[in-house]
Amino acid sequence: MSTQSKSEPVFQMKDVIKIFPGVRALDGACLNIYPGRVMALLGENGAGKSTLMKVMTGIHRCDEGQLKYHGDDVVFRSSRDSRERGVSIIHQELNLIPELSIAENIFLSREPMGRFGRIDWKTMREEAQKLLDLLDVPFDPSTPVGKLSIGVQQMVEIAKALSFSSQVIVMDEPTDALTDKETESLFKVIRQLRSEGKGIVYISHRLQEIFQICDDATVMRDGRFIAETPVYQLTEDDIIEQMVGRSLEEQYPRIEVETGALALEVKNLSAPGVKGISFQLKEGEILGISGLMGAGRTELMKALYGANAAQSGEIRVAGEAKQIKTPAEALQSGIVYISEDRKGDGLVLELSVSENMSLCSLKRFQSAIGKINRSREMDSVQHFIKAFNIKTPSAKQLIKNLSGGNQQKVAIAKGLMINPRVLILDEPTRGVDVGAKKEIYQLINEFKNKGMSILLVSSDMPEVLGMSDRVLVMHEGKITGEFDRQEATQEKLMRCAVGKAA
Amino acid sequence: MTEKTLRSGALSPGLTGSPEHVKSSVSKFRINKDFLFEYKSVIALLIFMVAVSMISDSFFSTNNMLNILRQTSINAIIAVGMTFVILTSGIDLAVGSILALSGALAATLIGMDFNIMLVVTLTLAAGAAMGAMSGLIIAKGRVQAFIATLATMTLLRGATMVFTDGRPISASSGAASDAFSFIGSGYLFAIPFPIYLMAFTFLAAWFVLNHTRLGRYVYALGGNEAATRLSGINVDRIKLAVYSISGGLSALAGLIVTSRLASAQPTAGNSYELDAIAAVVLGGTSLTGGKGRITGTLVGVLIIGILNNALNLLNVSSYYQLIAKALVILLAVLVDTRSSRQS
Ligand SMILES: Nc1ncnc2c1ncn2[C@@H]1O[C@H](COP(=O)(O)OP(=O)(O)OP(=O)(O)O)[C@@H](O)[C@H]1O
Ligand SMILES: [Mg+2]
Repeated sequence: MSTQSKSEPVFQMKDVIKIFPGVRALDGACLNIYPGRVMALLGENGAGKSTLMKVMTGIHRCDEGQLKYHGDDVVFRSSRDSRERGVSIIHQELNLIPELSIAENIFLSREPMGRFGRIDWKTMREEAQKLLDLLDVPFDPSTPVGKLSIGVQQMVEIAKALSFSSQVIVMDEPTDALTDKETESLFKVIRQLRSEGKGIVYISHRLQEIFQICDDATVMRDGRFIAETPVYQLTEDDIIEQMVGRSLEEQYPRIEVETGALALEVKNLSAPGVKGISFQLKEGEILGISGLMGAGRTELMKALYGANAAQSGEIRVAGEAKQIKTPAEALQSGIVYISEDRKGDGLVLELSVSENMSLCSLKRFQSAIGKINRSREMDSVQHFIKAFNIKTPSAKQLIKNLSGGNQQKVAIAKGLMINPRVLILDEPTRGVDVGAKKEIYQLINEFKNKGMSILLVSSDMPEVLGMSDRVLVMHEGKITGEFDRQEATQEKLMRCAVGKAA
Repeated sequence: MTEKTLRSGALSPGLTGSPEHVKSSVSKFRINKDFLFEYKSVIALLIFMVAVSMISDSFFSTNNMLNILRQTSINAIIAVGMTFVILTSGIDLAVGSILALSGALAATLIGMDFNIMLVVTLTLAAGAAMGAMSGLIIAKGRVQAFIATLATMTLLRGATMVFTDGRPISASSGAASDAFSFIGSGYLFAIPFPIYLMAFTFLAAWFVLNHTRLGRYVYALGGNEAATRLSGINVDRIKLAVYSISGGLSALAGLIVTSRLASAQPTAGNSYELDAIAAVVLGGTSLTGGKGRITGTLVGVLIIGILNNALNLLNVSSYYQLIAKALVILLAVLVDTRSSRQS
């Protein structure tokens, strides 16, 4: 496909309006999907990207607007209907059943049948295996999905979408949880789909990826269509300017802070998934933890936080040896952990923004008779909503109605609300837009300036390098490298991450 | 109706009118749906009351109203405890057995000339302890609530049989028997005393669920146990608390039943768990936990109470009453799942 010749769109959306109670999520959104081309859909958190895709695939019905598929007006009744007619979507949030196997998840509700209505397990496994091979996923189709890392689960979601052999495929932040290698396999598949003439929508906050894989880019702001441009005519700065409406300087606003006393000292810690870990963390220091997915970073953090039981070793907080066996004890010692898995164990989706944010720190808002002082709680919540620029109609909105990036901001605010000594952030900017990322970095800096110590776990190497004072690299549950900011480079981190000596 | 038209319009694009037409029907539809969704159980209750009053003249008399409330109070008090349990995505089948055993305990203590305050305190504490036993099995033993409370239900019913030897225990003799009979049969300002107990229970539950940490944690636990645990909350303690509350309130209901009959029946409270669960679900609380309101439970118990009363007023035989009740519950829950699937 040459980049010049654009044929008629397979799918076309025009002037779409969608109103949720209190929110105009879409306010004149447009999108064209061309056969044999990858369309990037870009915008800040809460710009309405996911909502537009949900309108397209029949999950939400729009209040106004035109949808054309193969030139005809169309409204899908449900996501199932859209899938059956050749439009499938990989959602931003995972939708797998942890107890079922990879193959069962992929073919859920359309299992290949043998005689007497019996499930044809053999065909099912073989078909699943083919898809997994295509995506280079090194797992057996009979593995229960719950046992897989989030990245691999995401690959299973992708395999599932591919299995529908659709004309149009929407990928809503598919690389959010993927390793570089997995991302590469995904791109290989996308290129193949493109050459088969499929229309693809690709949503991501990682702008480099847009230049790697997309042909056109549609930018949205506040639910509105801003521009559709071929990618070769764009620079990263152009995109950011279209997205936020102004240009941004300096992506990583690192600050120098005089480090203070030792805040955290870990000696020879072993726990499920980690072996013999020792490191130190000073007040006012950001310690980046780098490594590949599955290197044991999250396991280490959960052990520090008392969510996983430590088998041996010592943890000292501010010089004092602490027995941390439960998260409650960790909180008491001033350690807080913000999970990488918002939907799994980070947030309570059925609760409101404010109830989620104050969940760890409710004790503070309690009066003598045990009544929660709601107005003080609200004040505190409002403060963080403002400081983090969280997009929500009110603090009482259910958190599941927020866009992914805004949910993430609430999760971080929840940790900061207890005013911890050591803040552990596990992939804090996953799914967060460029502008909001910077806001989060600035907030981290503000707390760093006040002497808080921060453990920053991230798979995003530029982020680790840009924000940390020191970097640890993990591989297979062990620390394989430690670098000062000046000496750390992407290549060195990568070498240690794959287990080679520094 | 609006929904039907909208659907078919959307399905066949050729028939869709101008965009304005679509828009107006959509927004009208939304207001209706939101309103119905929020208040559907209240609306059902009101329609129901009007319908019954048209068939029976005596329905709306003060006497009958007080009668309904008094009869409802037992199920209501149990249902409040059940609401706590179901909000954490649990279930408590043992409430009826706890009611029976604590009733037997109360009658025995009365017969032994115990002071009334002591009888009440000991009975409530015993009920809470029985509930705590379920909670302990669920939290520490990691047994599913359904199985755990099925076991405690059977165990406690057996214990009641052993304790009473299968015979009623009289509560009409003893130093405090007059005071005791006031709990279930007394009047305060011309209103039966159990109604006060019910009102107090609801107010207290409303306060706890909406204004205390325990309440917040109950919702959090039902919504996402892993996230609640990771927020540093002692999940086991919350489970223990809700089953203890449920047990304590079952004992309170046991006091009312025993006092009213002036004796403890070994078979008392049989299958009361079903009415309580039905009331909670009718009130819109989700069996998967994390979603629901105590005011919904109030509406739920009233619906069941009025239904029972109406079937009596209409002289429906008790065999048919069961069938009618089942149909109403089924209908309500069907409407509920349909509307929540759409939203
Ligand atoms: N079901 C819903 N009810 C109410 N508001 C909603 C609902 N779904 C989305 N919204 C709101 O609509 C707006 C757009 O959300 P959407 O999820 O589409 O953003 P997004 O562009 O995908 O953002 P992100 O990059 O963070 O994923 C947000 O303000 C969000 O809070
Ligand atoms: Mg989104």
